[in-house]
This record gives sequence, structure tokens and C-alpha cells, in this order.
Amino acid sequence: MSTRTQTAPASASNAAPTAGVGRRSLILYSAGALIALVLFALMSPGGTATFRLSAASDAFQIPALAVPVTPAGWVIALLLVAGTAYVFSLRRAGRGVPGWVPAVFAVLFVSGVLIWMVAEATNPSISLLSLLTGTLALALPMVYGSMGGLLAERTGVVNIAIEGQLLLGAFAAALGGSLSGSLVGAMVSAAVGGVVVSSLLTLFAVKYQVNQIIVGVVLNVLVSGLTGFLFGTLLSGDAGLNSPPRMPNLPIPLLSEIPILGPLLFNQTVLGYLMFVVVAVLWVGLYKTRWGLRVRAVGEHPKAADTVGIKVNRTRVMNVLLGGAVAGLGGSFYTLVSVSQFSRDMTAGTGFIALAALIFGRWNPIGAFLASLLFGFATNLQYVLSQAGTEVPSHFLAMLPYVITILAVAGLVGASRAPAASGQPYTKD
Amino acid sequence: MKLELQGITKAFGDFVANDSIDLVVEPGTVHTLLGENGAGKSTLMNVLFGLYEPTAGRILIDGEPVAFRGPGDAMAHGIGMVHQHFMLVPVFTVAENVALGDERTRAAGILDLEQTRRAVREVSERYGFNVDPDALVEDLPVGVQQRVEIIKALVRKADLLILDEPTAVLTPRETDELIDIIGQLKAAGTAIIFISHKLREVKAVSDTITVIRRGKVVGTADPGADATELASLMVGRAVDLSLGRQHSDGGDVSLEIRDLTVIDELGVPVLDHVDLDVRKGEILAVAGVQGNGQTELVEAIMGLTERTSGSIRLEGRELLGRSVKEIINSGVGYVPEDRSTDGVIGSFSIADNLVLNRYDRAPVAKGLALKPAFIAENAEEKVREFDIRTPSAQNTASTLSGGNQQKVVLAREFSRDLQLFIAAQPTRGVDVGSIEFLHRRILAERDKDIPVIVVSTELDEVAELGDRIAVLFHGRLMGIVPGNTSRDVLGLMMAGSTAEEALAEAGRSGRATTDSDEPQLPGGIA
Amino acid sequence: MSSPTRTPLQRLRRSGALVSVLAILASFIVGGLLIAFTDKATTAAAGYFFARPTDMLAAAWDAVAGAYAAMFRGAVFNYDATSFVGMVHPLTETLTAATPLLTAALGVAIAFRAGLFNIGAQGQLILGAIFSTWVGFTLELAWPLHLLLVVLGALLGGALWGGIVGWLKARTGAHEVILTIMLNYVALNLLGYLLNNALQREGSTNPVSPVVNASAQYPLLLGSDFRLHLGFLVAVAATAFAWWLMNRSTLGFEIRAVGANRAAARTSGIDTFKVTVLAMVIAGALAGLSGAAQVNGTEKFLSESIAASIGFDAITVALLGRSNPIGVFFAALLFGAFRAGGVTMQIATGTPIDIVLVVQSLIVLFIAAPPLVRAMFGLNDRREKKSKKPKRAAGAPATVGGDQ
Repeated sequence: MSTRTQTAPASASNAAPTAGVGRRSLILYSAGALIALVLFALMSPGGTATFRLSAASDAFQIPALAVPVTPAGWVIALLLVAGTAYVFSLRRAGRGVPGWVPAVFAVLFVSGVLIWMVAEATNPSISLLSLLTGTLALALPMVYGSMGGLLAERTGVVNIAIEGQLLLGAFAAALGGSLSGSLVGAMVSAAVGGVVVSSLLTLFAVKYQVNQIIVGVVLNVLVSGLTGFLFGTLLSGDAGLNSPPRMPNLPIPLLSEIPILGPLLFNQTVLGYLMFVVVAVLWVGLYKTRWGLRVRAVGEHPKAADTVGIKVNRTRVMNVLLGGAVAGLGGSFYTLVSVSQFSRDMTAGTGFIALAALIFGRWNPIGAFLASLLFGFATNLQYVLSQAGTEVPSHFLAMLPYVITILAVAGLVGASRAPAASGQPYTKD
Repeated sequence: MKLELQGITKAFGDFVANDSIDLVVEPGTVHTLLGENGAGKSTLMNVLFGLYEPTAGRILIDGEPVAFRGPGDAMAHGIGMVHQHFMLVPVFTVAENVALGDERTRAAGILDLEQTRRAVREVSERYGFNVDPDALVEDLPVGVQQRVEIIKALVRKADLLILDEPTAVLTPRETDELIDIIGQLKAAGTAIIFISHKLREVKAVSDTITVIRRGKVVGTADPGADATELASLMVGRAVDLSLGRQHSDGGDVSLEIRDLTVIDELGVPVLDHVDLDVRKGEILAVAGVQGNGQTELVEAIMGLTERTSGSIRLEGRELLGRSVKEIINSGVGYVPEDRSTDGVIGSFSIADNLVLNRYDRAPVAKGLALKPAFIAENAEEKVREFDIRTPSAQNTASTLSGGNQQKVVLAREFSRDLQLFIAAQPTRGVDVGSIEFLHRRILAERDKDIPVIVVSTELDEVAELGDRIAVLFHGRLMGIVPGNTSRDVLGLMMAGSTAEEALAEAGRSGRATTDSDEPQLPGGIA
Repeated sequence: MSSPTRTPLQRLRRSGALVSVLAILASFIVGGLLIAFTDKATTAAAGYFFARPTDMLAAAWDAVAGAYAAMFRGAVFNYDATSFVGMVHPLTETLTAATPLLTAALGVAIAFRAGLFNIGAQGQLILGAIFSTWVGFTLELAWPLHLLLVVLGALLGGALWGGIVGWLKARTGAHEVILTIMLNYVALNLLGYLLNNALQREGSTNPVSPVVNASAQYPLLLGSDFRLHLGFLVAVAATAFAWWLMNRSTLGFEIRAVGANRAAARTSGIDTFKVTVLAMVIAGALAGLSGAAQVNGTEKFLSESIAASIGFDAITVALLGRSNPIGVFFAALLFGAFRAGGVTMQIATGTPIDIVLVVQSLIVLFIAAPPLVRAMFGLNDRREKKSKKPKRAAGAPATVGGDQ
């Protein structure tokens, strides 16, 4: 990760490489352990929480996982307390925390929350599989959106218009798919839709140097209005224009038979498989290739890039356009996979969660991917839990991604630093 | 490589930055461009490096005309440039910075940094640079970053190297090392264009000197030329700029700084247990290479820094821990070193800038409301008194030249009754005409029996204004010496010798105080 | 670059007012093209365009003129109405629609001037609406007092939501754009939760609040034929206050100084922490006032759609008004007219009201890029084409967030 910079002293305290352990993270670890101790262990609702692992239709039936809530709560709580103690001891020794510690801590904590929530429900049994597949499905447009945003932001162009790119992508996929009758046609249209938004973004932000945030905000409104208008005139007038083909699942033989992992990972649509490819390609591209080195240089210090012969604005334009294609493609999920027709404002703010994932993932493709999964999980959890009849209000679960992002940008959960040249137009003089 | 510039003109709108400039640079020589700030040296080099397109004129390499559409073209023709503000990506490693734009790759565009590392090590060893290709640039000292810039050019096989104000950020010792490096490069046949306004280095390093003033070549000189003569050529009139000032011993101690320590975000002390006294009616000049704690010293006095400890007493009253506003209101006047970011608000009118730090008190305001009539009147008066060149005080401050902006700052600070006056780099980037004016106003303030602190990285300004000189190195006070201390002693102190060590060493060569044959020029020239 | 020898024509070409007018014109033209291209009669006539081109042009003209005329009838003056009330009713609808837009946009504008990109008017409005609803139906008080408390509640709710952003920004340097976007969604979910719990109307399964007490409502200004309520005058007063604050008060001086150059402001002794928090508190409070206008003036109860898109429209209004209270006032009237006229247009001609969003967003984009507008109308003289330094949109922060 390379988003630290010398040029932003105001938040430098967040960005400072911490040799030891920061006070904030100590507080977080302690708070996590304390919550676990009180909630999971001392106030355990008792009983068993059941996690169903296979669907009724599966060939191989795996017995459901029945977790005794109170003992599990204690085990998790004590592990978290031990982890916190470990972090404290590391701090005393003046050493850094290994990368796996926060990851394991988070997984344990989330498991604890999950068990506790399921146990609280009137019917303490959920399908783990549908929880996970649902997570992946909800995360999919976020992943595409955040990858599209990442391509732009890594060159220093702030992209608030992810929402618009997703929405126009969804619309274009519906229209293009209906007109061409083919999935390829639909996906190409979706990418073009995203590119259209991107070209407006570059026209105003790069050529006319209008503030990038203004352009992004206004483009979202423009796309919302435009798609709403065309939906009300073109699409509603002729149902044939709003019936794109449905994208089928393509199970990979054998692999898709693996319990849990099979249906989760190897029974995807083209869009689903492509998502993994996009994330991997972007990560390799950004950190291992000439293209990536140049892109990062343009985002961090455009003038330095210019002086070694890199065309700054050209790089920016190309990346924003490419990002638009990626985000637009993600938008096609709504009209090709999720539901088979376009409706007004159907992306419902996912573009903003994608932006949040991008930031929480520290402008790193894998980070943004994991953040999208986390946000998808939080969103899906509310559906699954409400089916199980839990007391936890779904609205608060829905807030989770936003609250986490606020904590992240405020430096409470991991420090998030944007590329140094973010939002600044580049001119030679 | 032989480089010729013929009739290069570069205009920005109505402003002509370069006016039909001719220049010839022979291989294996150092050709110096000498000129004041804003004379057009950097613009010319940016034209040569392909960053700007010339409005007219042509560039010839070994007799062949060339046209550069970007720095890439210039580099392809063997031109390398070390910019005044380094063009390095702070979060990249040395190797990544060197590779950027000239990457070695394997199949499918995958980076092969190993090749670049090898090239970096090779150049580094050849010239004794001692640069680790895997170090992060932001962790490197400024002098090493400059070598990375030179490596960048050499790895690209530059035959001509442009060094734009390369010594501005270096200690005297690092400057000497750079001059050695230039010698080695020259011996290897590299042509070098050296840009500077510091006569001493220019004389030490050049084979040929071309002087530029207001975008035009006004003459060439040979390095043996007399410094005063060079200065007159550069400034455009006879230089007799000694202020004829009287030395002052000052009166009672007014400002007492004890054990002042400032630490940065990483916990590293940037100002380390500093003790200073400033007397009424004296100027204490604070010298040092940029970044050795002067900024922190001034900001600590002004209340602009956190993480401070120790004590700063003005007339017995503790300043440390007070807000900036309280400190300003207790009579501290301040000219910040970075005028355009800290001194004025460019988009505000000159009138508003003239009341920037007393907008909320009578007579500028009444209760919560501003008094626009007073603000306008005050502006008319100050514009006249300080000779601020503007058609209207309602114009924005950004329309003013650097020198006139600085006059706005001074006018504002001198509008109040001061107990202490601090000027940081008061003449940086200011034209010679204004320098004299600014210096005289600062002296006048001293003569009103006010304690004055002047921070400057220009030795000549320090010597010109200081009744006593304090030298900072790596946040530590190296000592306080009399105003007439020689440049050699100050140079040694700026490089980390204590006053005693420096005096002892200089004493051996008999140069402890100022030699009378050296020209005394206002800050920014010599 | 300011050459004194500029002809009046050249000066006119460079003038901001002309660009604004042309930007609005261009946006209407683009909107008209959209209407024409999606109009059935027009597309039918386009089928034989080469045989009889006038048919298509006539059909297109009919569609566009019909839609815009309906918009005018709905927003300004209904010349088709039979009664005087019917004739002037549209204008009052415009003012009613402009009311919440105006206060929210003033808030956005003040934050802009402090260098803060406040995308959070939506959330601040929602919090204001929640507070004013709660005060509005739980308390039993006499009219002016109760309404006063409602207004205070709305100010407080919005101020709280804005203040969180200001505090986090000042304290941690977190980017306010991200903070405000995220807090919008938090507010929306909070609203959803409350409407299903504490604020839910008794006996209702829908997420709506009880109707607020009459004593907590803004009284109607022109009798029961019109929806225009006292909230409009409150908004006008807020405009006057904002003007005084920004142009004549010491706090406004501080806000402008911090927005224009944070470092210089700090060096001059301005407490940038205080100013950042206060600017966001004031911005939030003004947006909160819009919440009261919606609940206690126009709608009389709280629902999930109480904020509609007012908070987002407010951003465009503030940009169009160049963050200057007087400019914002007129921009809000214009957008209020769009809102009111758009409804009539949709009913009368079937043109979806979404076209209004298209026109609004185009106006802001065009105004922010004067060279584009001048190029569209062939006004660029050769000198200006060469100058590669487009001016930034006035009123917008030069850079956002990352500038300190």
C-alpha cells in the first residue's frame, strides 16, 4: 500500500507509519473484547444457534451446524480478550501488530455477533449458504463500482459518479439487451453506458477543470433524471425495449459440487466470474506493471510524471473511461441478473457504498473487494435475520457500512489516505 | 553534446517570460544562467526540457534543429533535468522513481525493477552516491533525494544536465559535495546548465556565465569576473545597497525562550532544548539551512505548533499554550515565510488582507458586525503609506506582485502597537527594489526599540540585518555570534559545528570576521 | 491578462451573467431535444422525414412547446385557468416548492464558502424534520410558542447532523464529502427506524408519523386556496440573515477566510477548528429549517420521502447561485418553478418530471464551464481560445478536503 504522502500534514497524524501500536487501535481492541465479554458471554441468550450448510436440493447433504450459544460466546469472548492482551503486550514491547491479528480479531468478532443475533431470533436457525451467496450477489455491483472508482481515483480524479455509472449501465444493459436480444450486446451496452458518464466526467473535470466533486454529484442527478425520463417515455411505451435476456448461471463441472464452496464460488454468472478476474487483474496491473507504476505516479505526483514524459491528462482520461466501462458493466447486474427489467433509480445508492468500500479498502483493489464483501454481508444479514425473526432492527444493520466508513475516514478504523493529487486538475503552469 | 538555443521566446498571454534568448552550451562544460528570482531562468529551462512550447525560436542539438513536444522527447535527445522542486513520488522507492517513464519490463508489461536497481547501483557506485535503490524516497534526506534526481537523468544517458537552483535546499557541506559531483560529470563529458542566483557558487562552478534579466540575456561574463560587477549586471543598476545601518546592542531582554522543544508527529524533536534571548531594539537573525527548525521556532512563538514544551516569555508573560489570537493581540507582529499560503489570502481584497488579524476588534468591527467604511479608509491610507502598487485597494491580493504582497503583510503588522516583531524570510521571491524598502522598514521597527527576530536562509540577509546571529542545525542551537561573524564560521555552524568549534577552526585560517572585500548584497543575491 | 482595451462586445462575451443565461438556454434546448426525440408523434413523422421533413419538425415543435408551455403554466402563470386563483396559483406553488430548497441551499452555500463540500443537506434536513415532527405532535402548546419550539427543534436537529461533520472534519481531517454522503444514509435509515417505531402513527402499519398539531404548523399565508405558508417568509428572513452573516459579520469574515486560505486564516489567529464546526452547524441548522418547512408547512406529517431530493437539489441551487445568498435566492426560485412546473407538465403532457432533473443538472454543468457555453454559442474570440486557464466555478471551494 502506498497512499501515504508528505503533502497533507493535516491528517499526517493518521498517516504516520506507526512503529508501535496506536492508542486508537488499542481502544478499538479493548472495546471489541469488552463488548464480546458482555454481549456474547455474560448476556448470552443461551440455546443453540443453527447454521444450515446445504440447501434442501443439494446432492450431498451436510448436517447443519448447531452451535451451543453460551459456550461459543465464552470461547469467542475469551479469545478476543486474549487477543487484546497480546496487542497490549506488543505495544509494551514497542513492536507492530502482525497483519493477521486484526483479521482474525474481526472474523471472530463478526462470528460472535452472528451467533448472538441468530440465537436472539425467534427461530434460531439460518442458512449459512444463502447468507454467503447473498453476500456475494449483493457485493457484486459494489465490487465493480469500486473497481471503476479505483481506476479513476488512482490517477487523481475523484469519482463521485459511480452511482450514475452503475445506473446508466443498468439502463443501457436493459435497452441494449432488449434491442440486440443478446447478452453480449447487453454487456457491451452497459459498458458503453458507464463510459458515457465517464466521458462527461472527463470533459468537465479534466478539460474544463470544473471541480471534480461538483461534476460527480451533478452527473448522478443527470443520469437519474435521464434514465427516469427515458424509462417514462421510451421503455414504458414499448415493453419490448425493457425485456433484456436473463444471464444464466454457468456451474463449473465438478468444482460446483463441492459442498458450500461449490455453490458459492463455482456456480456464478459470467459477471460473477468476471468480477474475480477484474479484481485480480487490477491488483496485478496496479502494483506489478509499467501501466500501474505510471497510473500511481499520476495520482500521487502528476508533475513528476509529466517531467518523465508521461501524459498526465491522457492517462487520467483513459483510466476514467476504463473505470466507467467497469462500473457500467457492474450496473448490468441489476437488469441482467437481479431482475430482468429496468426501473427508476434501481441502483438505490449502491454506487455510494462502492465509494465507501473503495475508501475503506484504502484504494487497493483487494482491500476494496473485501470491503465490498463486508458491506454486502451487512446488507444481506438484515434480510436473513429478518426472515429468522430477530429483534435486531434491520435499519441499524443497514447503517453499518456507512458508519464503518465514517469511522474509517475519521481514522478510527484503519487510516485511509487518498492518492495525494486527488481532486486536483493538472495544468503545466 | 552541443546545445544551441536561438531566439527562444516564451510568452504567457501579454507577459513575455523569455525574450529572444540565445545560448550555446559546449560538451564537458558548466554553463551558468545567472539571474534574479523571476528573471525567466526556470521558464527557459522548462522550454528546453519540453515542458513549455516556445512561442518562437529554435533549439539545436549538435547543429540539428529539434522540436520537443514533451519531456519525453527532450530526454530521448539526452537532456536531463534536476528541478528546483524535486520531481519524485514520495511514496515510491528510489528504483521505482528512476524506472518511472523509462521502465524495463518483461512480457505483458510486467515491471522488471531488478534491471533498474542494477542501473541505480551502477551509477551510484561510479559517482560515490551511496543510494539504496529500495529506500522509500520520502524517508531520504533532501541531499540524497537530489542525487536520486541526478541518477534519474544519468540512467537515461543524459549528455546534458540542467540543475535548477540545486543548492537552495543544501547545507554548505552538501553544496560542496554537489560541486564535486558536477566536476566528475563534467570530466565525463556531460554538459551542464547550472541555474543560480548565488554568486559564490556560480563563481566556483562555472566555465561560462550568462546573465538574464527580465527575460532577456543582458550579458555574458567569465567566472573570474568581479562579484559586484556580476551583481550589477543581474540587478540592472549599480549595486550599492549597504543600508548604512548602525549596529545596536539593544536594551533590556524582552523575549526569553527557555528549553523550547518541539516534536513532530513521529515524536522526533525538530526543535531541541533551545534557549534564546532577544533584547529591545536589537535584531536577532536566525540562520540555518531550510528545514533545521527555524520554521518551528517561529511557529512555536506564534502558537501555531502543537507538541511544544519549555517556555516563551514576552515581557515576563508566558506565550506558550496561548492561542494564536491571544499571541497576536499581545502585540506580536509576524511576517510568515510562505507569503502566498500564510501571509495573504489571494482571493480576498487588499483591504480585507490589511485587517486580516484584527477584523474582530475595534475599530474594524463593532460587536459581531464589521465596519466596511473603516476597512476601506484604512486600506486607502496603507496603500499610500506603504506604496503598494495597485489600481484599487478593492482588487484581490492575488493581483499583486510578490514584493507588493509583502508590503501588504508589513503594513498590516505595523498597523498595531508591537511588542515583538518576527519576520521569516522577509525578502524571499521579492524583487530587488522592494528588498531595500522592506529592510529599511524592519530596521525602522528595531529603532523604535522593539525586539525583532529575522529568520533567513540567505547568509547575506542575515549578515545585513542581524545585530546578533543565532544558528540552528537539526533543531539545535549551535550558538549565538555577533553580527559581523564571517561567512566561513556561519557556514560551519550551519553544517553542525558549535560556535566555539567553528570559531576555533576559522581562527586557524584567520577568517573569523567578515572580510571587507566581500560585497554586501541584499538577501537573495549573493 | 486584463487588457484595458476591451470592447463592450468583448466584455459582454466574458460576462458571467451572459454565460448564466446562455447556460440555462442551452439546457432547455438539450431538454427539448430529449422531449422531441422521445415523442411518439415525432418519431412517427421521422419515419418519412425525407418525404416530408416539415411533419417531423412540426411534431417535434408541438411536443417541446407543449411540454414547456405546461411547465410555464404550472410554475408562473396559468393563462388557461378560469379564475384568478387558478391563474396565480402556480406562482404560489413555485414559492412553496422553493421554500425548503432555499434554506437548504443557503446552508450548502455557507459551507462552500468555508471550503467545505456539504453534500449532507439531505441528512441534515431529515434530522430537522424528525425533530420538528417530534416536537410537533408530542407537545400541547399554544400556537406561536409551539411553532417556535418546532423551528428551534428543526434548527437543532440539522445543526447536530452538520456539527458531527464539522467536528470530525476539524478533528480528524476526514473528508467531508464522504462524511456527509455516509451520514445521509445513516439519517435515512434512522428515519426508517423511527417511522416504524417511536414516530409511527397510531394504528397505522405504514411508516408515517401522526399529523402534527395545528399549533405546530406554519400558518397559510394566502388562505386555504394556496399552500404557501409562513415558512416561505422564514426562508426569506434566513436569506437576509445569511447575507448579513457572510458579508457583514466577523464570523462571516472568518468563514470566508478559512474557506479561501485555511493556512493564512490560522496564521491570522482565526480558530479554524471553531470556524469549521460553526460553519457546518449553521449549514446544518439551515437545512434543518427546510425539514420544518416540509413537515410543519407543506406536508403536515413525516414520511420516508419527506426530503424528496431537496438536499441534493440544494447543492445545485447553491452552485447556480454561486454560493452568494442573493444568487441562491433566485436560483431557489428558479428550481422551485421547475419543481412546480414539472408536476403540471407531467400531468398535462405526460412528459416525465425527470426531464426537470436533466435540465437542472445541465444548467449547473454548463455554468461551471463557461468556455464550453461560449463555444456552443460561437462566442469565443481567438485570444480566449488560446488561454488555457479556465476559471473555476465561482463560489465552489478551490480544492476540497485535501488542501490542508
